Amino acid sequence: MSQQNAPILSVENLHTYFRQDEGVVRAVEGASFDLYPGQTLGIVGESGCGKSVTARSILRIVEEPGKIEQGNIWLRTSGSNGSSQRVDLTTLDADSQAMRDIRGGEIALIFQEPMTSFSAFHTVGNQIIEAIRLHQKLSPKEAREKAIDLLRQVGIPKPERRIDEYAFQLSGGLRQRVMIAMALSSDPKILIADEPTTALDVTTQAQILDLLRQLQEEKGVSIILITHDMGVIAEMADAVVVMYLGQVVEEGPVDDIFHNPKHPYTRSLLKSIPSILAKPRTKLATITGSIPHPYNRPAGCSFHPRCPDFMPGRCDVAEPKLQKLNERQVVSCFLYDNLPE
Amino acid sequence: MVNYIIRRFLAGILTIWAASIISFVVIQLPPGDYVTAYIANLQSTGTVLSREEADALRIQYGLDQPIYVQYVKWAGLMLRGNFGMAMEYNRPVREVIGDRMTTTIIVSVAAIILIWALALPIGIYSAVRQYSIGDYFFTFLGFIGIAVPNFMLALIVLYASFKYFNVQNIGGLFSPEYLQQSWSWAKAWDMAKHLPLPAFILGLAGMAEVVRIMRANLLDELRKPYVVTAQAKGLSRNRVIMKYPVRAAMNPFASTIGYLFPFVVSGSIIVSLVLSLPTVGPMLFKALVAQDLFLAGTILLLLSILTVVGTFVSDLILMWIDPRIRHGMEGQS
Repeated sequence: MSQQNAPILSVENLHTYFRQDEGVVRAVEGASFDLYPGQTLGIVGESGCGKSVTARSILRIVEEPGKIEQGNIWLRTSGSNGSSQRVDLTTLDADSQAMRDIRGGEIALIFQEPMTSFSAFHTVGNQIIEAIRLHQKLSPKEAREKAIDLLRQVGIPKPERRIDEYAFQLSGGLRQRVMIAMALSSDPKILIADEPTTALDVTTQAQILDLLRQLQEEKGVSIILITHDMGVIAEMADAVVVMYLGQVVEEGPVDDIFHNPKHPYTRSLLKSIPSILAKPRTKLATITGSIPHPYNRPAGCSFHPRCPDFMPGRCDVAEPKLQKLNERQVVSCFLYDNLPE
Repeated sequence: MVNYIIRRFLAGILTIWAASIISFVVIQLPPGDYVTAYIANLQSTGTVLSREEADALRIQYGLDQPIYVQYVKWAGLMLRGNFGMAMEYNRPVREVIGDRMTTTIIVSVAAIILIWALALPIGIYSAVRQYSIGDYFFTFLGFIGIAVPNFMLALIVLYASFKYFNVQNIGGLFSPEYLQQSWSWAKAWDMAKHLPLPAFILGLAGMAEVVRIMRANLLDELRKPYVVTAQAKGLSRNRVIMKYPVRAAMNPFASTIGYLFPFVVSGSIIVSLVLSLPTVGPMLFKALVAQDLFLAGTILLLLSILTVVGTFVSDLILMWIDPRIRHGMEGQS
C-alpha cells in the first residue's frame, strides 16, 4: 500500500467502558474504522450510540470514570525526516507531553455547543492565541496576527475587533466559526467535528458545512464528522460508519450506504429522513422502540428488539460479527451470513 | 457603567441612613435606659441614687426627650464626626472606640485572608480529587469546623497551650510590654506575631464553609464543555483546571466580600472575650448591657457602614472581573 493510501488514523476494536457503582456502561464496544488522508468520514447513529465517546477516546479525553479497556488507535505521523511512523494512542499517557502535542496539534476537535464550549471569562482571542502558542513557537504578537488571520479565513467580518470580544457577544454561527478557527490554528491533520451544526439554524448550518468543505480543500485535512443527521452525512461524507449501541453495524462509501444499505438499522435510519417528495400528511417513518438502557444491553445482536428482520433463535442468541460483503461494504448482520464466499 | 456606579453609590448612602435609624431604634427597644442600668449598677454596690439625681442625669444625657429628637441630635453629631459621649466611660465615643476599630479591622481582614488562602486551595483539591482520601479528610475536618463553636475552640487552644506548652501570654494581640505604648513598627510587628492564632480561630467556621462552596462550584464547572475544549487544545490538565474552571468557580466569592466582614465581626464577640482581644466585639457587648446609647449606636453604625462599603467594593470587583456583567451593562446604557 502506498503512503498516500494508507489510513492516517485506524481505530481497531475500541472498547471504552464507564464503570460505575450502578453497573458498567459499555459506551463503545468494539468499534473499528479507518480514516484516509483528505477524506471525510461520517459517523452516524442515534443519541447515546457512542459516537462522541469514540471521538473523545481518540483524543484521550474521556471523562472519568470512562476508560479505554481494549483496542488500538493508530495515528500515522510524519517524522522529522519525512518518514512516517505509527503511534498507538492508547499506549500514551493521557496527560503526557506526547499526547498533548497530538491533541490540538495533529488532531483537533470542534463541538456541538459553541456557546458553552468557550470560557465566558476570556476573550475568544485569548483562547485562540493560547492554542496557537501551545503548538507553535510564536511571540504573543505574531500569535495574535495569526489568530486574526485565522478568523478572517473562517469568514468572520472585522476580525481585528472580534478577537477582543467574548463568546457571548457573538452569534451562534460566528461562535462556531471561531471554534473552527481555533481548531485549525495548528494545522492539524485530522479534524473531529462532533455534531458541529446541531445547535445552529438551518441557514447557518449550511454555511458552516460549506466552510468545513472549503477548508478541507485548502488544507487537505481529514475530517471525522459525527452527527445523527443523515442529511449532513449525504452532503459531506465520503465514507460512512453507522454505529448502534457502541458497535459499528455497517461501513461503506456514502453512495452505497444511501443507495444500497444492508443493515436493517441503516435502512431504518434512511427511512426516517423527511423527503420533499413524500405525500403530504403522511407520517414520518420512525424506528420502533427506543435505545435500550445501557445497563441492560440485549443479548445477541443488540438491535434485535427493534429490528424489522428479527430472526428468533438466531439474532437474540448469537452476536453477529462485522463481515465484508463486497469490496466496499462491511456489515454485521446475520441476514448476510449464508452468502456464497 | 458610570451610571451604574453612581446608582450603587447613592443606594449605599441610603442604606447607611436606614441602618443608622435602625441601630438607634434597636438600642432604645429594651425597657429602661442608661440611667436605669446605671442605678441598678450602683445599687449592687450599695449606693442609692435619689429620684432627682436620676432625673438630672436623664436631662444631662438628653434621655428625657422623645426618640426622634434624640435621633436627630445624634445624627447631627455623627455628620460632624462627633460620636457623642460614651456614658459609661465618661469620655468621647471616638476616644473610647479609637484603636479598637483599627484592631477589629485588622483581625477581621487577617481572618478573611486566612480563610481564602487556606480554603480555596483545599476546595480546589477536594473537587479535582473528588472522593479521594484527601477529599474525605477535608470534608470531615470541614464539618467539624462548622460544628464546633469557635469560642469553644478558643478555650481549648488556651487550655492546651497553657497546660502543655506552658505559654502564659496566649490571649491578646500584644505582648504586655507593648500594651500601653503608642503605635510603632515594633508594636506592629508584635501584633503580626500574635495575629495568626486568633485569625485562625475566628476564620475556621468560615473556612469550612468556603471549602464546601468552592468544592461544589468547581465540581459544577469541571463538567462544562469549555473544559473539554481547553483540554482538546493540548493544555495539560492542571493548566486547564487553573485557568478555566477555577477562574469561573472563584467568581461568586467576589460577591461575598461584603458580608464576610460582619460575619467575622459578630462571630468574634465571644472569641474576643475568651482570647481577650482588643476588638470592638466585647465593647459592643458591654455597651449593650449598659444601654450606653451613643457607644453601642456608633459601633453598630460603623459596622453597617463597613458592610455597605464592602458590598460596594465587591460590586466594583465583580464588574471588573466578570465580562458578562461588564458587557451586559454596555448593552443597556
